[in-house]
Amino acid sequence: MEIQNAFMVFPWAVALILLPLASALSCFLFPRISRTLGLITSFGTVVSVVGLGWQLLEHGSYRHAVGGWGAPLGIELYADGLSLLMLATTALVGFAISVYSTTYFKPTLAVKFWPIWMCLLAALNALFLSADIFNLYVTLELLGLSAVALTALTGSKEALSGAMRYLLATLLASLAYLLGVALLYHNFGSVDIALLAKLIEASPAVWASLGLMAAGLMLKTALFPLHFWLPPAHGSAPAPVSAVLSALVIKASFYILLRLWFTLFEPLVDSEAINTILGVLGCVAIIWGSIQALRQTRLKLLIAYSTVAQIGYLFLVFPLSASMGSVAWNAVAYLIISHALAKSAMFLSAGNLLFFGGHDRIVDLDRVVQRLPLTATAFALAGVSIMGIPPSGGFIGKWLLLEAAMTQGRWDLVAVMIIGGLLAAAYIFKVIGYTFSPAEVSHEAQSVSASMQWSALLLAVGAILLGFLYVPILSILNISDTTIVSGVGL
Amino acid sequence: MNWNDWVPLLVVISSLLPGLIIFGLAEDKVRARVMLNLFGALAKLALVSLMLWGVYQGYHYETRLPLLPNLDLVLRAGPLALLFVSLSTILWLVTTVYAIGYLENSPHRSRFFGFFSLCVTATVGVALAGNLITFLLFYELLTLATYPLIVHRGTEEARQAGKTYLRYTISGGALLLIGTVWLYSITGTLEFTPKGFLSNIGEQHYPALISIFALLITGLGVKAALVPLHGWLPLAMIAPAPVSALLHAVAVVKAGAFGIIRVVYDVFGVEFSAGLGVLTPLAWVAAFTIIYGSVRALFQDDLKRRLAYSTISQVSYIALGVAIAGPIATIGGVVHLVHQGLMKITLFFCAGNLAETLGIHKISEMNGVGRRMPWTMAAFTIGAFGMIGAPPIAGFISKWYLGLGALNAEQSWVIFVLAGSSLLNAAYFLPILHRAWFMPLPESWPNEHHFGNKETAWALLLPPLVTAAMALAAGLLVTLPFSPLEWAKLISVREFYQP
Repeated sequence: MEIQNAFMVFPWAVALILLPLASALSCFLFPRISRTLGLITSFGTVVSVVGLGWQLLEHGSYRHAVGGWGAPLGIELYADGLSLLMLATTALVGFAISVYSTTYFKPTLAVKFWPIWMCLLAALNALFLSADIFNLYVTLELLGLSAVALTALTGSKEALSGAMRYLLATLLASLAYLLGVALLYHNFGSVDIALLAKLIEASPAVWASLGLMAAGLMLKTALFPLHFWLPPAHGSAPAPVSAVLSALVIKASFYILLRLWFTLFEPLVDSEAINTILGVLGCVAIIWGSIQALRQTRLKLLIAYSTVAQIGYLFLVFPLSASMGSVAWNAVAYLIISHALAKSAMFLSAGNLLFFGGHDRIVDLDRVVQRLPLTATAFALAGVSIMGIPPSGGFIGKWLLLEAAMTQGRWDLVAVMIIGGLLAAAYIFKVIGYTFSPAEVSHEAQSVSASMQWSALLLAVGAILLGFLYVPILSILNISDTTIVSGVGL
Repeated sequence: MNWNDWVPLLVVISSLLPGLIIFGLAEDKVRARVMLNLFGALAKLALVSLMLWGVYQGYHYETRLPLLPNLDLVLRAGPLALLFVSLSTILWLVTTVYAIGYLENSPHRSRFFGFFSLCVTATVGVALAGNLITFLLFYELLTLATYPLIVHRGTEEARQAGKTYLRYTISGGALLLIGTVWLYSITGTLEFTPKGFLSNIGEQHYPALISIFALLITGLGVKAALVPLHGWLPLAMIAPAPVSALLHAVAVVKAGAFGIIRVVYDVFGVEFSAGLGVLTPLAWVAAFTIIYGSVRALFQDDLKRRLAYSTISQVSYIALGVAIAGPIATIGGVVHLVHQGLMKITLFFCAGNLAETLGIHKISEMNGVGRRMPWTMAAFTIGAFGMIGAPPIAGFISKWYLGLGALNAEQSWVIFVLAGSSLLNAAYFLPILHRAWFMPLPESWPNEHHFGNKETAWALLLPPLVTAAMALAAGLLVTLPFSPLEWAKLISVREFYQP
């Protein structure tokens, strides 16, 4: 009974931030045991998320004033269903990536990887738990910098130039976001989202801050046409890093955008025009990203462009939220988590293929379906979810989005989604087709460790299983504090 | 909790689980693989027999799991579902035996049998689906599970065939998806219901419903190989013979044809569809496909390709029977689902035997083959006469009911289609038989293998003999209670034209 009580009152949310942060420091100080530390920490975050989830299910949404100082003076942590879902996704994907990385990196790189990766994990968790726009800025900046550092990890020419572009983009984006925060703080004297939601009213300054913050976040999320930095960065980073970037990092900035949009800005402005613009950009991203993916000859770039396309789907929530709020909202939450699982699985299997054959040219995949069956399966299953074919999480998300579009008579969006799905099938099956056929010249292959194969496969299986977990996921998503996310029909 | 609630799910799992285990088996574990396959097939057969008996007595079998808001994953064993499930189960068992013999010593067998089991799982799911979304789920799973079988050999030609196959089926799946979501946004339900669930829909939705019907049928027509959506099928012949047999007799084309039956009877309702005026175009397309497929079959020298075009033609009998919109024609269409399966799988088994034993792929190489392989060719002959529609083989029953039904529904033009098709069937099957039985033997066969004093391996010879015997029995013993025809009548009375 006492243990259960302790479990219920333990500040799991704080643990989610402090644990990886402490681990990052320790990894830096004791590089020899960094691998073990990192693995334990990743497991610890999974446990902490379970603990936090338990508390949320019992008591509804969660607020924690760090050090006993609440808003407006102190720092408050806040968690509701959406944050819990993001945290859980982060913990699961993060754990798989940690397992993968234990054998992926050579010792010289591993000592650099683990501290930064732990830092990034801390930043992600803190971001999903933040309740004010300034803290969000801090976590966003920390996230961006660790992500850039990880991208540049190998130090190859390709990686450095990709990381450089990424650095410039992310700094510019943070700056824009910070300016927006400053404007809001200047006008309303608070950075707490809940307080701001009560105080805010339309004015030119609010419009300017809206524009700045949204632009910054869109740049970080790599929405077309601000995606230019993504393919080189995601394509050249080490596989586990690409997986983190595509699965989690870009989702973090989208998460902030979603939160701010529906709590602060949407009630304020007649947003139809802006919604339309975001929707159009989303559509173009879907088509453009998919066509680019289809044109790639290298696997990692193909997957990176696929991410550009998949981000487009997320932005369709804006035009569709107007009258089909809850359905569109559920759809986008579902798409975020299934894409996180599927895309990380894909990048990890691409990493295996690269490790295995020493290259990632698609036409020379050389019978990997027979020689590396677990990895080929992981790629194929993840592909099913990305294409949105049942049974998979991607299908559920797409179905809900289609339903919302159809009910509102938005046939243009329906057409884009269907064409996007067909193009996705084209680029994914292009890869799968070549995994069956022999290459012209067969090369000696390196053996791939079991942990690398299984972590990719289990993530992919997770993406498929999401297709049957609608009810539990929905009940998590429904944990909310109605004052915070009103107006979206949660 | 009721035991009966889980039987349909168990039927699906009985092939899914062995399939998943087989994927993990090492290549040389032949015995374990065979045991798993046969255990799964026999378990499925037992479960299906139980349900057949139960449904005959009026029991209800339904598994329901939540999938989406207001939409469940429903597996329900009604009479129509059981017809298709029984066919798949029996033919899976037979084809498994055949495939074990056929693939002896060839590489990648674990992969092959794994996907083979997935294929059957998907087919059974299609059959048992109790609403359109469950149907869609398994229909897409079928696409995914058959692709690796088509590209199984890993040649460039196979890869291209696989690409074409996907191009057709994924696009078809997308149309089906649009139609399904659209329908759901209008009706708020997708549950298969006897006589359909659309009769209460307001008239302002009728144009939308016509478009939905077109979307659904086009999506299904790809797999059912309705002209002009049939282009993938002759190319898919690249797959190993057991796959062709299964694809043509049970899995892919039948899933499409079965879907058409479901959409017409259990989504729209046949009277409602007739009222919308959507059945006549479907009948025309089906009739055109019947003639077109037969004509194209005439000009193929490759045996498997001739059979492929014959499939295109024959499967459309089912669509035609459905589109004629009368109880008797429906019986003809539905029963042809089984009859065509039995006959066509026999023909493909025989074609596979000729290729494996003597290296024969072309019809022009078949001179005198009846004397070298009398049993195989006897089975082939039964299949071929059945296709032509000669009594007393199963195919005659189908054509008889289709013709009678057409007259009954005052659509006498169908008689000409049937007669024309029978003539064409005779024109492309009889020359094969003439060559095989009456032409002199050549001096040597293209690539002959010897199997002691038998004409070919047991595992290859038994399956076609068994299916040929079943095709014969389905025609001879039509009045027995569990014959396909009697069951089709039961379906018609209980599901389609219930009082």
